[in-house]
Amino acid sequence: MLKMTNISKVYRTDLIETHALRDLNLQVEEGEFVAVTGPSGSGKTTFLNIAGLLEKPSGGVYELDGVDVSRLSDRDAAHIRNQKVGFIFQSFNLIPDLNLFDNVDVPLRYRGWSAKKRKAAIEEMLELVGLASRKTYLPSQLSGGQQQRVAIARALAGAPRFLLADEPTGNLDSLMARQVMELLESINAQGTTIVMVTHDQELARRARRNIQVLDGQVSDLDSVYQAKVDRIAKAGAAHV
Amino acid sequence: MFSYYLKLAWKSILRNPVLSSLMVLALGLGIGAFMTTYTVYYLMSGDPIPHKSDVLYALQLDNWDPNSPPTESQRDVQPQITYRDAEYLMHADTPATRQAAMYRTSVTVQPESADEPPFDGTTRATYHTFFTMFDVPFLYGEPWRMTEDDGRERVVVLSRKMNDQLFAGENSLGRNVRMNDALFRVVGVLDDWQVTPRFYQVDGGNVFADAEDFYIPMSTGVEMVIQPHGNVNCWLAPEGGGLDAFLRSECVWIQFWAELSTPEEAVAYKAFLDNFVRSQKEIGRYPRPLNTFISPVMEWMAINEVVSTDNRVLVRVAFLFLLVCILNTVGLLLAKFLGKGPEVALRRAMGASKNAVFSQNLVEVCSIGVMGGVVGILLAWMGLQLIDKLYRGYQNLVHLDGAMLSAALLVAVLSSIVAGIYPVWRVARLAPAGYLKTQ
Repeated sequence: MLKMTNISKVYRTDLIETHALRDLNLQVEEGEFVAVTGPSGSGKTTFLNIAGLLEKPSGGVYELDGVDVSRLSDRDAAHIRNQKVGFIFQSFNLIPDLNLFDNVDVPLRYRGWSAKKRKAAIEEMLELVGLASRKTYLPSQLSGGQQQRVAIARALAGAPRFLLADEPTGNLDSLMARQVMELLESINAQGTTIVMVTHDQELARRARRNIQVLDGQVSDLDSVYQAKVDRIAKAGAAHV
Repeated sequence: MFSYYLKLAWKSILRNPVLSSLMVLALGLGIGAFMTTYTVYYLMSGDPIPHKSDVLYALQLDNWDPNSPPTESQRDVQPQITYRDAEYLMHADTPATRQAAMYRTSVTVQPESADEPPFDGTTRATYHTFFTMFDVPFLYGEPWRMTEDDGRERVVVLSRKMNDQLFAGENSLGRNVRMNDALFRVVGVLDDWQVTPRFYQVDGGNVFADAEDFYIPMSTGVEMVIQPHGNVNCWLAPEGGGLDAFLRSECVWIQFWAELSTPEEAVAYKAFLDNFVRSQKEIGRYPRPLNTFISPVMEWMAINEVVSTDNRVLVRVAFLFLLVCILNTVGLLLAKFLGKGPEVALRRAMGASKNAVFSQNLVEVCSIGVMGGVVGILLAWMGLQLIDKLYRGYQNLVHLDGAMLSAALLVAVLSSIVAGIYPVWRVARLAPAGYLKTQ
């Protein structure tokens, strides 16, 4: 699904050169739920931006669905984002003067779907997140958790195969965070690949696979993964 | 997508009504000032008779004082000719399709009812050919005939407005109008007719005023000593006194027009005039070198500077003001659009290309332009009404026709695009990643 090989990202100004990612290697298989953790400034967001084709890597190869997307034109990158990638942000990023229906409609508008098809998809997604009855509400009339559910509905409306979530529960209290997490898990269970950046170790543990980004490189991947496998095995043994 | 972009534009405009209003007002002011001055200029300089302007020619014959400075350009030659030359040309067998001599005058109209006071009526004394040559439309009747020119008949053609005033708009053919103590029989009533400018009378009087209300045969006007109200210029005093001496004199006061249907006809007519002047030189007239000119309508208006230099300067100043308004709008749009960074970033993440973002914001800019155009048209209309109130005789220059309304909207949209292209380009090139995290 997603394969990054020796990806690097360098930000240059007149005075300074910052290496946000260095030789990052990562492969995410179809249907996985991967949590990406790491301290602030480790390169998590840069990784997510490159994964979502919002930025181009300075070096390396990024393949999405077997296609090299490292050097796409703006138009092609926008097309792939629209067709294959869904985004969920920490601060929801809903457009304040559009109602819920129109907010969910945003990615579909760039799909070229008919009004009828868009309406059906939007209503289905709002139903999925439990907000169908509030489709004419403005975002400001909703709680944070509800707003994030709208954002999830928007990310899913175009049926993307790949969902990128950047601290999706960062602005929510623990109850709402749990609800959102359960929603993401159910989406993943239906086959959507999810890559989630988070600071929250508890949430990260709920993902099927954990990776850590440190100083722009994926590290501890094996140990974390192995630890989880061991934990599951131990739990299974205890039951026996 | 256009309707979607329109919907988004409207929401964006409403999101910050004060800033949006300032932009609309800035554009509206610029467009209002520009369209006010340009409308006046456009109507002043427009082709008054587009379907015939290239076959209608004004005549100039250089019959002036030999001691005056030499003729350096066509502008130095008198724009009118003598009565005797006009009479000769009207009765000569010339190569022209039609000719019409004419002069501007005024008659005292004495209404039938004793309750109504007499009034002055603007009048053109001319030949029957005037109406056909200038395609003047008739509501009732038709032009008088050549026999009535020759017979100095007391016949009159009324403007529609005058027929409304004197006969309540009824068919007045055959009825009489008392003018200068004589009864004139109505032979025709014009339909609405207004050429702006009145190209056939550029010397003396307001060329932008309404067309005349009364048209009488020139021969009748001369016989009744209905004096010209335009310029009368003489380089040689009439020999003797009285009307006959004046008519025989070298005083110029008659406008003369010829319809020359083909270029060959124009060449032949010019040659005819040259021969005429040479023949007159032989009898001691036309002491200056041979200078005959025939000028089609638009050239004639340019020679006579119907549009003054002041008007051109005013249009340029108003255009500069529009540019200043556009510059202000650039600043306001930049402030507005850079504030849209988070929404643009989101749309880019959701699959909008730079082109899509560019198009969406361009529609918003054009919407602001259309609104600015509407405000501009309103201000231009108010400006023109003000001109009408302040200056008399310019009523034919202070109306916005369909072409000017369309032009105003086009100027508005183009201005908004000029003002908005940089802000729209900037916002389309914003890097989305930076905005998505910081919202």
